[in-house]
Amino acid sequence: MRLLLALLLALLPVAAQAQDGLPPAPYAYRQLDDPGLEQQARDLMDTLRCLTCQSQSIADSDAPMAGDMRHQVRTRLAAGETPEEVRGWLIARYGDYISYRPAPGATTWPLFAIPVLLLVVAVLVIARRLRGRGR
Amino acid sequence: MIAELGLAALWLAAALAALQLLGGAVALMRGEAEPLAALVRPAAQVQALLCAIAFAALLYLFAVTDLSVALVADNSHSAKPAIFKLAGTWGNHEGSMLLWITVMALAGGLIAWVEHRLPERTLLATLAAQAFVGLGFYAFLLVSSNPFARAVPAPPEGAGLNPLLQDIGLALHPPVLYCGYVGLSVAFSFAVGALLTREVTPAFARVMRPWVLGAWVALTLGITAGSYWAYYELGWGGWWFWDPVENASLMPWLAATALLHSAGVLAARDALRTWTLMLGVVAFSMSMIGTFLVRSGILTSVHAFAVDPERGTFILALLTLYIGGALALFALRAGTVAEGERFAAVSREGGLVINNVALSAILGIVLLGTLYPLLTEALGFRVSVGPPYFNPMGAIFFLPMMAVLAIGPLLRWRQDRLARVRWQMVAVAAAFAAALLAAWLLAGIALLPLLGMALAAAVAVGSVLPLARRRLTRAPLTLWGMVLAHLGVAVAVFGMAADSAFTTERLVALRTGEQTSVGPWQVTLAGVEPVAGPNWTALSATLQVAYAGGASVPIEPQARSFWAPAQQTSESALLTRWNGQLYAVVGGQAPGDGAERWQLRLWWKPFVTCIWYGGGLIALGGLLALIGHVVGDLRRRRRWREARA
Repeated sequence: MRLLLALLLALLPVAAQAQDGLPPAPYAYRQLDDPGLEQQARDLMDTLRCLTCQSQSIADSDAPMAGDMRHQVRTRLAAGETPEEVRGWLIARYGDYISYRPAPGATTWPLFAIPVLLLVVAVLVIARRLRGRGR
Repeated sequence: MIAELGLAALWLAAALAALQLLGGAVALMRGEAEPLAALVRPAAQVQALLCAIAFAALLYLFAVTDLSVALVADNSHSAKPAIFKLAGTWGNHEGSMLLWITVMALAGGLIAWVEHRLPERTLLATLAAQAFVGLGFYAFLLVSSNPFARAVPAPPEGAGLNPLLQDIGLALHPPVLYCGYVGLSVAFSFAVGALLTREVTPAFARVMRPWVLGAWVALTLGITAGSYWAYYELGWGGWWFWDPVENASLMPWLAATALLHSAGVLAARDALRTWTLMLGVVAFSMSMIGTFLVRSGILTSVHAFAVDPERGTFILALLTLYIGGALALFALRAGTVAEGERFAAVSREGGLVINNVALSAILGIVLLGTLYPLLTEALGFRVSVGPPYFNPMGAIFFLPMMAVLAIGPLLRWRQDRLARVRWQMVAVAAAFAAALLAAWLLAGIALLPLLGMALAAAVAVGSVLPLARRRLTRAPLTLWGMVLAHLGVAVAVFGMAADSAFTTERLVALRTGEQTSVGPWQVTLAGVEPVAGPNWTALSATLQVAYAGGASVPIEPQARSFWAPAQQTSESALLTRWNGQLYAVVGGQAPGDGAERWQLRLWWKPFVTCIWYGGGLIALGGLLALIGHVVGDLRRRRRWREARA
């Protein structure tokens, strides 16, 4: 296991160099001409995770991979796909991890159930503390 | 030699903490007349001195770049500017833990020295709790992260400090944040002391409040500065990412904000007793969870944590011990603490209950969104929780809280009628409606920024109304503090909403002499040239920028390459006007047709600076309240002494 890890680590710089050596994709640092479409792209990119950074969206990252993904998002939107179709395509390719907006589902329901619970508890606590007191 | 001196001081301090714990325990069981009990206060004071010596020793080792010390060799470099050599002391795991324990020991020493208002038994129990928490951190430092360990053989040169961290804002960020965490540990110790002796009185709240206020001011400053650092240093104009590291500092802040308000109720009205104790425990728990998240390596990956679990496991064990122990004590004793004074729904206390509940709920959501991805990763699948989750979920509780904040401070304690404040309510509602309408007319604003802007206007008006019809020079400092802090909330929320609603972005590749525009700005690329700093080289672009046809001003964003360690960063150039900031970044050379074109990223961010002005106002308000309370306490103490003499 450790040997495998060492091998992988040894390969890593080569792979990174290969990627850095290429020029960035055309739409990584270029906006779409249609401002409405660019806004859609921007909104979508804000909600997609850069897979090689720590906690940054692809809209906020210098990483080459984030640049490639920005290019993908912009060209796909320009080709007429909707933002949700692009998100779906990226999720199909990279997994749920890439989307910062968790969709309610079998693995994410506590993220939505617990806030509802919090809301109910908050209302109950406030109602209890504030009911018919003050004498 | 100096390293060994520091280590010896640290061991002695740990031994004194053990003595302090023992003495406090004896006092608690057999009464404060026991001889051992008399040692508690001196032990805390000497411990503070020893920790200060240990920390000074580490500062010295970093200042002279003593590479025979492993920590210095791993984190410093002889070519680094002096200020960053010093900052390197706490820019790493061991040093930051030593800073934590030092601040904590200084706080304990100060309490032991000046605090005489509480029953002696409660105070000794508090210092014992403080020593108990401290011992865990001493053990952590001495067993698993000794900052003074030697490197054999000493390397010829150090490894350097991450260039992103070589920034004055970030050099000061951790100490400020740690003062906040430690202040909350003091509040925690007071809460545990009060639970042990069942003395939960307004006097207890008044003794605890300055510590909570101080911690809260430090956390506010730390978060505000950290956010501004991320904004200008990362080079993409974002100021909050809901990154777990950011959440780790936000969660204690949320708990401290709730604690501050509930301690205020306890001090003024003897109500919300158990609530205040609970929040005292929760606030420190959040500091511990934050430290665990940041320091254990669990954030880079659950698997990184599993590869080297020693440190993480240690903090996790401490966390379980303190939080679990305090919660168990709370469960045992909460029932025996009387409930306190009652109050009507429409009253100052009523508003503060809503504040407490809403802040706790927001805290719950941030905690959930931060921990859930770690949990699922441990279970074998990965999800991401980011701004599209936190923003709306938080807003469910935040927006109603803002509405209550606009009116609550106008109400009287215990019982009031809304009819009494109807004119103020009309003013607040008018501000809300006017802002809503104005923002509505600027088409294309999303719902959250729209509501944020309208509520910011309402809170801005509501926050200054408590000063109406008062002689401003006679208004107490604590009132000014509250007004400024609440106004700061309005200003910050306005800035956030404006940034999210009105920012314009321009990404272009320009040749020298070419022009572009972003928002009302005309931007010309005047030239690009190489420059060199002490430990970096850079491409520096000169941009001539003009606002709405006015005179043009040069700004110079840089793309820097550091060599120890090798890393690229972008130094953004910011041009601040009263109504916003122009944000410029130069990237690399654009690919293409042979002619030299340079990538530029430009943003015009109207009113974005309000976010940090607001944060500053909040901290200033807290500081004024702190001064007001401490001055009042000192005056009362002098009067009490004169009366006794």
